[in-house]
Amino acid sequence: MIWENILEGIPKLGTAAAGIAVFFAILLVVFFVLGRIRGRLSNPVAMLAFLGPAAILLMLGLVVPTFQTVYKSLFNASGKKFIGLQNYGWILTTESNQQVLINTALWIVIAPLFSTVIGLVLALLLDRMRRESIPKSLIFMPMAISFVGASIIWGLVYAYRDPAQEQVGLLSQVVLWLGIEPPNWILLQPWNNFLLMVIMIWIQTGFAMVVLSAAIKAIPGDVVEAATLDGATGWRLFSRVTVPMIRTTLIVVVTTIMIATLKIFDIVRVMTNGNFGTQIVANEMYSQAFVQFDVGRGSALAVILFLGVIPLVSYNIIQLRRERAIR
Amino acid sequence: MSVEAHEVIPMPAPSGKGPSIPQAVRRSLSSPWATAVVIVITILWTIPTFGLLVTSLRPSGPAVNSGWWTVFTNPELTLENYVEVLGGGDVISGGILPYFFNSFAIALPAAIFPLVIATMCAYALAWIPFRGATILFFAIFALQIVPLQMALLPLLQMFNLGWSIGPITIVPDLNLGGTYIPLWVAHTMFALPLAVFLLHNFMAQLPRDVIEAALVDGASHFTIFWRIILPLSVPAIASFAIFQFLWVWNDLLVALTFAGGTPDVAPITAYLANIVGSYGAKTHLITAGAFIAIIVPLIVFFALQRFFVRGLLAGSVKG
Repeated sequence: MIWENILEGIPKLGTAAAGIAVFFAILLVVFFVLGRIRGRLSNPVAMLAFLGPAAILLMLGLVVPTFQTVYKSLFNASGKKFIGLQNYGWILTTESNQQVLINTALWIVIAPLFSTVIGLVLALLLDRMRRESIPKSLIFMPMAISFVGASIIWGLVYAYRDPAQEQVGLLSQVVLWLGIEPPNWILLQPWNNFLLMVIMIWIQTGFAMVVLSAAIKAIPGDVVEAATLDGATGWRLFSRVTVPMIRTTLIVVVTTIMIATLKIFDIVRVMTNGNFGTQIVANEMYSQAFVQFDVGRGSALAVILFLGVIPLVSYNIIQLRRERAIR
Repeated sequence: MSVEAHEVIPMPAPSGKGPSIPQAVRRSLSSPWATAVVIVITILWTIPTFGLLVTSLRPSGPAVNSGWWTVFTNPELTLENYVEVLGGGDVISGGILPYFFNSFAIALPAAIFPLVIATMCAYALAWIPFRGATILFFAIFALQIVPLQMALLPLLQMFNLGWSIGPITIVPDLNLGGTYIPLWVAHTMFALPLAVFLLHNFMAQLPRDVIEAALVDGASHFTIFWRIILPLSVPAIASFAIFQFLWVWNDLLVALTFAGGTPDVAPITAYLANIVGSYGAKTHLITAGAFIAIIVPLIVFFALQRFFVRGLLAGSVKG
């Protein structure tokens, strides 16, 4: 059966290879034909050929849809009747949606904060270790795992069984060993939200650690030396020297994780599908748009996400550009 | 195998002094406590994944009825779950392999297309002089701000029904449902702003004399691009291609929106997200399926960690 499945799968790779071949064939033909044009036209033609594909794809894929989504958000479920800002009113005033907004706010504060703090502590500790590459790789590893995979991994940790039975979930078992009766974790409102955030923290800590560790290593040695000679140690060295020196990196790490947190929907979708008081904007957007088929509300929720991301991304871009300029 | 992010994020320049003194300072600060704390956190971070692996290797009865840690007192491991998940069986008909192949068929082109198109665009912006090049570059760069969610609904409509303004058809109804094409195109579109930005930074640093000499010799921009730029850009393209491959492989949102859940085109993430709901009690099979899904990015990650980290910080602004 496995062999049959593999044999059935190979044509799919053929399709992909054919797609890639066609792509390069078109490119070669275009290059060959347009490359023969000489004289005054050659520069404008080259410009169009090089910029054209990206420009068309970006227009159709991002620019036009953005305006369309804003426009659609002003219409009812079927997209036929103009209803003004009613969808936004629905988001802001419905009780269930207020819960969604509160949850989302908690996510974008707590997940980045914990990831960054744990990442920073690890980066500091690793700086004092001889063999740092193995722990670094292992803590960084979750970054390569999909949110779906991570949710399945943690679903196993949070698995619930009647306390009288043998336990399957590690968390329940640990709690039992400590002599406490484990609750059904995923149903435990509002704490279940934090249990889901743990998954995001688990993934993002490695990211924070790697970036902050590089920043700490780049602090000039004589600065640390001078501070040490002046008697700064431990906490003083950390708060007066290390943190100010890596301040920008620290802020970029926090905002970057915030952006990622605001947009992910996979964890909530796989773990609870937004039930038991764990819904967030990104998953509610997906449910409204593609499960309820309410185009208006789905679009309005997407716009809310967009508005949330704008200040964070702008800030990040400005910071990164400023740093590059200094360099 | 060390993790380095120097290329990724701007850092204060290292001092001119040799590394010996700061190293000595650091050594003096090193403590067994630091090592102990790091080891504890590392174990905590690794246990969940280890639990998944062990559960996936236990026979169906024990895997469902006892904790995976009991394997230490009652070691009993099997590959049965993998055979069933890969080959298909009573519970999971058809198995996971069709989706596994779909993931490759989606991710490979979706990693190559945007990179080539972005390289072309970045070349034009960096080396073909025209008015408004800077503004165009910033406009493309700024598009990173648009979250995927903003584009999904209109794009889905465009793929399914085409798009026209009044009587003028701009995108015809191509009837692409059930093929990989919408997925390739969507991933390509979403990858472009970041790819153009990163590759432009790289291109702008290429030696001016080489390109100008070629132009003086009468080579067209197409020849220069094909013969000089592409070969020189391979390292930059490769590190971003790895990142893009992992991003597409791990993606769920684009997959669910444009592929649905059919074995014809849906990737492994979409399949897993579906079976978690329907076969929630079949822990032994779900864990085996999940491990098959994460093993590919893990191999890529451990083999190419250095490249992966490079694309990381810039990359995490994506989407």
